[in-house]
Amino acid sequence: MSSDKKYVPSSPTAKWVEDRLPLMGLIYSSLGSGFSAPRNLNYMWNFGVLAGFMLVVQIVTGIVLAMHYVPHIDFAFDSVQHIRRDVNYGWLLQAIHANGASMFFMVVYVHILRGFYFGSYKSPREILWFLGIIIYLIMMATGFMGYVLPWGQMSFWGAKVITNLFSAFDFIPFIGDGIVEWLWGGFAVGQPTLNRFYSLHYLLPFVLVGVVILHIWALHIPGSTNPLGIDADGPYDKIPFHPYYTAKDAFGLGVFVIFYSIFVFYMPDFLGHPDNYIKADPLITPAHIVPEWYYLPFYAILRAIPDKLLGVIAMFSSILILFALPWLDGARIRSMRFRPLSQFFFWIFVVNTLFLGYLGQLSPDDILVFGWTALTFAQISTFIYFAHFLLIIPLVSRMETTKSVPISIAAAVLDANKKV
Amino acid sequence: MTTNNDVAEERRNFLYIATGAAGAIAAGAAVWPLINQMNPSKDVLALSSIEVNLTNIPEGQSAVFLWRGNPIFIRHRTALEIAEAQASDTADDLIDPEADADRVQRPEWLVMSGVCTHLGCVPLDQQGDFGGWFCPCHGSHYDISGRIRKGPAPTNLPIVEYVFLDNTTIRIG
Repeated sequence: MSSDKKYVPSSPTAKWVEDRLPLMGLIYSSLGSGFSAPRNLNYMWNFGVLAGFMLVVQIVTGIVLAMHYVPHIDFAFDSVQHIRRDVNYGWLLQAIHANGASMFFMVVYVHILRGFYFGSYKSPREILWFLGIIIYLIMMATGFMGYVLPWGQMSFWGAKVITNLFSAFDFIPFIGDGIVEWLWGGFAVGQPTLNRFYSLHYLLPFVLVGVVILHIWALHIPGSTNPLGIDADGPYDKIPFHPYYTAKDAFGLGVFVIFYSIFVFYMPDFLGHPDNYIKADPLITPAHIVPEWYYLPFYAILRAIPDKLLGVIAMFSSILILFALPWLDGARIRSMRFRPLSQFFFWIFVVNTLFLGYLGQLSPDDILVFGWTALTFAQISTFIYFAHFLLIIPLVSRMETTKSVPISIAAAVLDANKKV
Repeated sequence: MTTNNDVAEERRNFLYIATGAAGAIAAGAAVWPLINQMNPSKDVLALSSIEVNLTNIPEGQSAVFLWRGNPIFIRHRTALEIAEAQASDTADDLIDPEADADRVQRPEWLVMSGVCTHLGCVPLDQQGDFGGWFCPCHGSHYDISGRIRKGPAPTNLPIVEYVFLDNTTIRIG
């Protein structure tokens, strides 16, 4: 991007440092005035920054919670209550961290759907998209292990069910048989399991930081996409990241933090499950095991398939299929603004996935309408989910008649201004 | 005819491969302890048997014991239940066919793992469509012999290793 300005140190001291370690220049050209972004980004482009903010919040609150938490099956449950009741501001830090997981997933889901809608995964941003999926997978692992740490009934049984998923691979020679015992460090979820989950829950966020840096690096090669999906070309299409988008992100962050605070201060347990206030008991399974809300659609897919191995494969495939998206979608236009049929199916996909989430928290035998069970609906929805990727996207993207695309971002923006 | 150069090249290739192979083996040997440390430790493996007094379980009742961190179901079956279990030996809906006689040492005592073979929940006693156990997590139905009859679980509730020490005591493990 030749239009980007270069960092010029303003004082001799700054120049002395910059000659030896060009750190200010790196920040300037990646998050400051030296990085330019398309002039027409809307608020959907706030969510990457919000996700980065949530990662920092989770790491900072997590580190201080680790100063009080005890990763032992006899004390873990009580230590979380100790944090909430006795530790100074523990109630606040615990609520920020526990709800933070939900907020992190919420903004990441919007961020992913933004990428979906505006074709951010398309050439030349495939690797950027892959890194995003890897971030999401690491987030899922981290969130799962974090939910085990309070050692309530849902923690324990969630851990048991999820680790048992790997027993579906027991047909693999040599490693298949012992894989679950290897994960547990015993014959059941117990002390070794809790201890290692704690270790990994502490580690993985820092792995996330590394992958996020790669994600931002990959982003800065082609630069951001934009709602029109056309390449930003020349200085008229772009504005410096600072102050324009730093200001826009700051405003979005303010609105988001208000939303987040409503949960933290007024309903800190709204997104949790009451059974997790019962200490883990290996002899009693709760009548109804549900994962956290952000895993529900995938849980519904798992349960929709009556065969254990195929169910596990379907669940993993439902996420891994995202890796193929850049090639499943054959459209030459990125943004769905100009792809009306794709846009229509996109919203079907969103509603269907939300519906899968709704089904995921029901009991499979629950009857919805016409005497059809939640299981039947989950099977239909799972079919639609995969059909969207394997049938609808490949066909519609290659066959639909698109609307005409503006010649440049500047032209589109100036045109819109004229109409007002 | 081989020249000195050819010989040198062959020697070099051999050294490359030999060095690479030795390096790979060394890396594998270095990583193995890091992987194997996650397997059950010696003290976990040592906790391997419990003794259960059967006189406390009346006919028609079940009891649950914790063994190696997992529940063990012991059911004192009635004559009616035994007959029902044996009659189902030839049922069409057995997903993992097994005769009831192969699952018990003495027909009135059914001793088996209480871990659902689907995803590890603890099935509920005397529930489900077959009068045996029902797993609330994903809806697996087991009969009075602990055999899977309906639902996503792939195999019957496993029979654990046990011996009758005398008429009223068994040792599990």
